[in-house]
Amino acid sequence: MTTDMKPTGSAQTASGTEQYLSFLLGGEEYGVDIQKVQEIKGWDTVTRVPYSPAYVLGVINLRGSIVPVIDLRLRFGLEKVPHDATTVIIVVHVPGDRGERTVGMVVDAVADVYDVAGANILPPPEALGSVEKVFVRGLANQDGKMLILIDVDGLVISSVGASRAAA
Amino acid sequence: MTLDLEMEEIIKVFFEESFEGLDAMESGLLTLDATADRETINTIFRAAHSIKGGAGTFGFMEIAEFTHSVETLLDEMRNGMRAVTPDAVQVLLQSVDVIREMTQSAQAKQPIVTVGADALSGELARILAQKGPVAAAPVASAAAPAAAIAAAPVVAKTTPQAPIVVALANISGWRIEFVPDLTLFKTCNDPLRIFAELAGLGRLEVTAHADRVPPLQSLDPTMCYLSWTVVLHAAVEHTRIIEIFDWVETVSRISYEPIYLDAKHLESAAVVARAAPASPARPATSPEPAAVPVASPAKAGSDAGSIRVATEKVDALINLVGELVITQSMLGRFAEKYDPEDLESLRRGLIQLARNTRELQESVMQIRMLPIGFSFNRFPRLVHDLSRKLGKKVELKLCGENTELDKTVLEKIGDPLVHLVRNALDHGMELPEKRVAAGKSETGTLELNAFHEGGSIIIEVKDDGAGLNKARILAKGRERGLVEPDEQLSDEQIYNLIFVAGFSTADTVSDVSGRGVGMDVVRRNINDLGGHVQIFSTEGVGSTIRIRLPLTLAILEGQVLRVGKEIYVASLVSIIETVQPTREHLSSVAGRSELFKHRDSYLPIIRLHDLFDIEPDSRDIAKGLLVVVESDGRRVSILVDELLAQQQVVIKSLETNFKHVPGLAGATIHGDGTVALILDIPGLISNFLERQSGRVELAA
Repeated sequence: MTTDMKPTGSAQTASGTEQYLSFLLGGEEYGVDIQKVQEIKGWDTVTRVPYSPAYVLGVINLRGSIVPVIDLRLRFGLEKVPHDATTVIIVVHVPGDRGERTVGMVVDAVADVYDVAGANILPPPEALGSVEKVFVRGLANQDGKMLILIDVDGLVISSVGASRAAA
Repeated sequence: MTLDLEMEEIIKVFFEESFEGLDAMESGLLTLDATADRETINTIFRAAHSIKGGAGTFGFMEIAEFTHSVETLLDEMRNGMRAVTPDAVQVLLQSVDVIREMTQSAQAKQPIVTVGADALSGELARILAQKGPVAAAPVASAAAPAAAIAAAPVVAKTTPQAPIVVALANISGWRIEFVPDLTLFKTCNDPLRIFAELAGLGRLEVTAHADRVPPLQSLDPTMCYLSWTVVLHAAVEHTRIIEIFDWVETVSRISYEPIYLDAKHLESAAVVARAAPASPARPATSPEPAAVPVASPAKAGSDAGSIRVATEKVDALINLVGELVITQSMLGRFAEKYDPEDLESLRRGLIQLARNTRELQESVMQIRMLPIGFSFNRFPRLVHDLSRKLGKKVELKLCGENTELDKTVLEKIGDPLVHLVRNALDHGMELPEKRVAAGKSETGTLELNAFHEGGSIIIEVKDDGAGLNKARILAKGRERGLVEPDEQLSDEQIYNLIFVAGFSTADTVSDVSGRGVGMDVVRRNINDLGGHVQIFSTEGVGSTIRIRLPLTLAILEGQVLRVGKEIYVASLVSIIETVQPTREHLSSVAGRSELFKHRDSYLPIIRLHDLFDIEPDSRDIAKGLLVVVESDGRRVSILVDELLAQQQVVIKSLETNFKHVPGLAGATIHGDGTVALILDIPGLISNFLERQSGRVELAA
């Protein structure tokens, strides 16, 4: 179901390009469909939730809503670094069983917004590991750099669970 | 599209009002006896009348027709033409049930099953026939009141007309003189609709009379000056036509006259009439191909979660928002120009803002609060029916019906209360002879009582019946292996046995209760709501079941706890007490299960830091605090480092954006904006005990 929704959910312009917000993570540059992004907020106190995997840092208060926060470095198996002034939480929304879910993703820093032409997106290489396959949607060559486009829905569901009802 | 939606809305209102009307009829009927005043009957009659009218308008003819005969009976009662007999009241009560059922299936957009209605129609007809045929009534009933109001201006208004009964085979149709009051349009009636409906019954000839139309200069375009002579060429029953004119009969002069067939036409026309029931066949009389009344799943879904709010509550909100706007503009000034000398007024503004916010929060919570009367009002009927069935005499007393509680809690408490009331009637209350023999009054008293206590609502179901038979419960518990043969139990522990699933001391299983299903469900439902059940009972004197519930599910009276660097909130309701343990009160079994001697019992110790993987201040139990908590009658103690404040917290769902986490009931937000997690005490206890027993079994 979620895969069907991606093309319509993307910011498709007349010329067939999509807008991506790019962020940095351990020297690599990733892109997330800007339509999925609700806001970018600075580092906030996170309350740890028991029985969560290490990459789920906990929950924050986002204007009265309880929102889980995923550390993308840990999720992607990168080395843990202390949070600094550029560390931000990208708040995204993804479809859930009962309406939208809002989830925060901790990244090293936000970088830029790119218009990526659909023709420039390559499918993820075969050689990716199983973790990467879940969330890499494709690779884009942008201004001579490689932008890793992530599948937010897949990433969120694999990180905080698909179903809310699931205990 | 929009029209459809509007119609949907209107029909929804009709259903809501119909159910309210049915409730009003029911409560009216329950107080109705020979000495009842006219106003009671009038209230019942009016409710039936509106339901009939609405049902007819929206095309639920089955409901309209059945309600019509109910209305006829009520009309005769209110006109004093018929005495109010218990027999008739019983049939009317059953009719209310049937109408409710039909309305529910209409609401669920399912075919309306008329089996019940058909059966009861016969009963109603029997009662109606008891004292003179209905047909004899109309002249008298219509004429007398009409004369009384004859002084009315412009057009004499008639009272609801009783139907003229004619043999359908003898008539070819009806001639109707329809002279509406000039103000017809102001009552939102449209003659065109009436004609269109009449045309649905058969061929229609309408002649308009313009004799009342005034000269142009004095003509008021909002008035209805026309009147009509309508000839309907369809041999239909008079009631069907009356129904169509139902909404206008009070603001019009309408006369009906059957058109009889000429003798020479009689034969052929009779054939036509029989061969072509040109009018839509009456569904109630045509035997319905047994449409099975499956429990309608749509019924539960049909409650769109709407809420009816008293206007004054909304007004209070508007006032508060008004104040908030004023405070906001006052504070807004400081953004433009800030002078250090204004500090005092800034502080005042912030205090005002805090007050506004608190009041606004309280008012918004108030909107969700409904009086428990909504739940209580089903009991007069239930007790009436049940005591009849059981042959017991019971007087029901309702107290504190205006005690308010959260809508969600209110909805969920209904079924448990029904269980408790049924139990009290069936098991608690004795038969009249037995009561007299025991020196009590013949009529037992069942009391439903609701009141606020602290941040909770207490609901008591109290009977003056036989009380719980402790010896019998204990014997049954031993028999079922729930109690060890030589185990001594306190009264409370014995009473708690009746909450065990499948536990019943009833010798015979009746269709009222005794299957042992129920009390466990009652307790589970109440625990799910964060409440408690307690039983008090004295043999021979009666029992009281006391339910304590939080007023709302949105706010929790919380105790803030600290373990290491983490903060958790526990519901105060589930906390019995908190103690600083001393070593002599601590022991362990097989080096694993740690126990704490609390008064006369040993409680398992849950180390919250182990459970949630937290680094505590100290792993030494004697250096921490043990919070004794209870759920389902099971007690454990939870080890924490420190108790912090007690405060009201707003419960937020963890599941909206995240997922359910075992041991947690949700989250809340502290004053500093950080999140604290709320412990799910019942969940913690059952998880812990299950794991313990699992471990014991593994070890064994």
